[in-house]
Amino acid sequence: MTLAIEVTGVTKRFGSTVALDDVSLSVEAGQVLALLGPNGAGKTTLIRVLTTLLDPDSGRACVAGFDVQKDAKAIRPLIGLAGQYASVDELLTGRENLELVGLLYHLDKVEYRHRAQEALERMTLTGAGDRPVKTYSGGMRRRLDLAASLIGRPPILFLDEPTTGLDPRTRNDLWGFIEDLVSEGTTVLLTTQYMEEAEHLADRIIVLDTGRIVAQGTADELKDQLGGDVLEIRVSHLADLEHAATLVAEFGNVAPRLNRDLKEVSLPVKGSAKVLIAAGRALDDSGIELADLGIRRPSLDDVFLSLTGHDARTGDTASSDGTEPGARDE
Amino acid sequence: MSELAAQRLGGKPVPLTASLALRDFVGITKRNLLRIIRTPQLLFMSIVQPTIILLLFRYVLGGAINVPGVDYVDYVVPGIFLEAVLIGGMTTALALAQDLQAGMIDRFRSLPMARSAFLAGRTLADLCRNVLALTFIIGLGLLVGFRFHNTVAACLGGVALIILFGYAFTWVYATVGLAVKDPQTAQMAAILPMFILFFASSALVPVATMPGWLQPFARNQPATVVINSVRALFEGGPLSPDLWQAVAWCLGILVVFFIVSLNLYRRATA
Repeated sequence: MTLAIEVTGVTKRFGSTVALDDVSLSVEAGQVLALLGPNGAGKTTLIRVLTTLLDPDSGRACVAGFDVQKDAKAIRPLIGLAGQYASVDELLTGRENLELVGLLYHLDKVEYRHRAQEALERMTLTGAGDRPVKTYSGGMRRRLDLAASLIGRPPILFLDEPTTGLDPRTRNDLWGFIEDLVSEGTTVLLTTQYMEEAEHLADRIIVLDTGRIVAQGTADELKDQLGGDVLEIRVSHLADLEHAATLVAEFGNVAPRLNRDLKEVSLPVKGSAKVLIAAGRALDDSGIELADLGIRRPSLDDVFLSLTGHDARTGDTASSDGTEPGARDE
Repeated sequence: MSELAAQRLGGKPVPLTASLALRDFVGITKRNLLRIIRTPQLLFMSIVQPTIILLLFRYVLGGAINVPGVDYVDYVVPGIFLEAVLIGGMTTALALAQDLQAGMIDRFRSLPMARSAFLAGRTLADLCRNVLALTFIIGLGLLVGFRFHNTVAACLGGVALIILFGYAFTWVYATVGLAVKDPQTAQMAAILPMFILFFASSALVPVATMPGWLQPFARNQPATVVINSVRALFEGGPLSPDLWQAVAWCLGILVVFFIVSLNLYRRATA
């Protein structure tokens, strides 16, 4: 077993903000690890440490067996980085961008020209290859950014929120490209705010919140940690939403979660069938008109909420998440 | 030995040789030159300001200014040449702050390329743009009546000194761009040293006409030392010890800000 990435007790502070708090993790060669967490969780900071862009304050981080602080030069030829903000040059064409990156990976001219063409084809950008990037759509930029990170054929790939802000179709395309790379043996560490993405792409998931690891495992293991199912109630009239939530609160051990747009209350519960009947009776007795009532398997959103007490995407509830200077997404 | 590294690279770490670093430098320079060519409006803007100052001092204010022993046009135009390269250098600060914000610097820093090649490639491309802008302003100067009075070699030497001064300041602006990080702030921050050095110098009027408290600074700061040497080279007459001081200033600024900006680049975060 080879460890592609090994992090032991890494801490990083920006002023008084602790961006990474004693983080330890490892990724085996060929595995996909997703770092899941809201803005300010420390995901980007960890990527920056692992890609030799930022030194940790304490702890040790190794990539491909090399220490990020002592052997940064040995690591750089072995990694690819694709960022949340597509880091491609707007004024250059797609091909010029790829060829420049190839040159800077120290490939010879014949080789980087060949690989640029190959990467354009792979990312279905052949038709746009000789147009300036400023004419590209958001999805095309992300594809080009991913292509640029692949020019050196790195065995380890870091993807920082690869699909944030993309429409579902483009996201699916990008997932397909990433899956292909993984099937060829590339080790991937990706960060995401989307449960669905972590579930879809990753072998293992690490949940980060305000710089700390709060849970880790496969998607199923994380869901099992919740220890049950989720009761879901949809009311017909928005006015009844709060009332319904108060009525069912006693069945769960965490507070019910309200979604006003969907007129929905969801609550992790134990003992599904009994709870469903009891909840139905209580709601019916109080005369609340229901659009839907049911029990479902928990999603990673539910897991995240119960682990951290706030939503994964927005990070908005009681505890405001720490801002993280020096890290772009956070 | 890392198995992953061995798997891909046959176990051989590829050392960064001088010739690879040079190749990185050429690649980055080419990228920046392409950017300059594709944004002609930026080049245009860097010649508008010196053009306005030139016409203002030649035709509006120049008549009221009397510098003993020399035609005012021959006195002021070399000063405007210097301003042209100072203004031109400001785009370096802007461009680096933009690269930082756009995530380009993250990408470059994660690649196995030579670290110094990124900044050297930036400043060389900006030097080329500066030479272009300076050529235009020299042409304009000749059009409004400025004349070179010395030997060709001396005049070329004067132009070379202006270019050297501009190049040294490109590294100052590189430091500014990397330090303030935000493109708009970078532009504002870059204007300040430009104004102080240009207006509180002998570029437009002799230092002796300035108030007493300002004179010690104005007389000894690098822009004055350089502009006096340039005038001596263009006009003929004794080459004051200023020339060696001027060259020393340029080289000193270049070395100090090369080191500072490279250090900022190594730790650059947006």
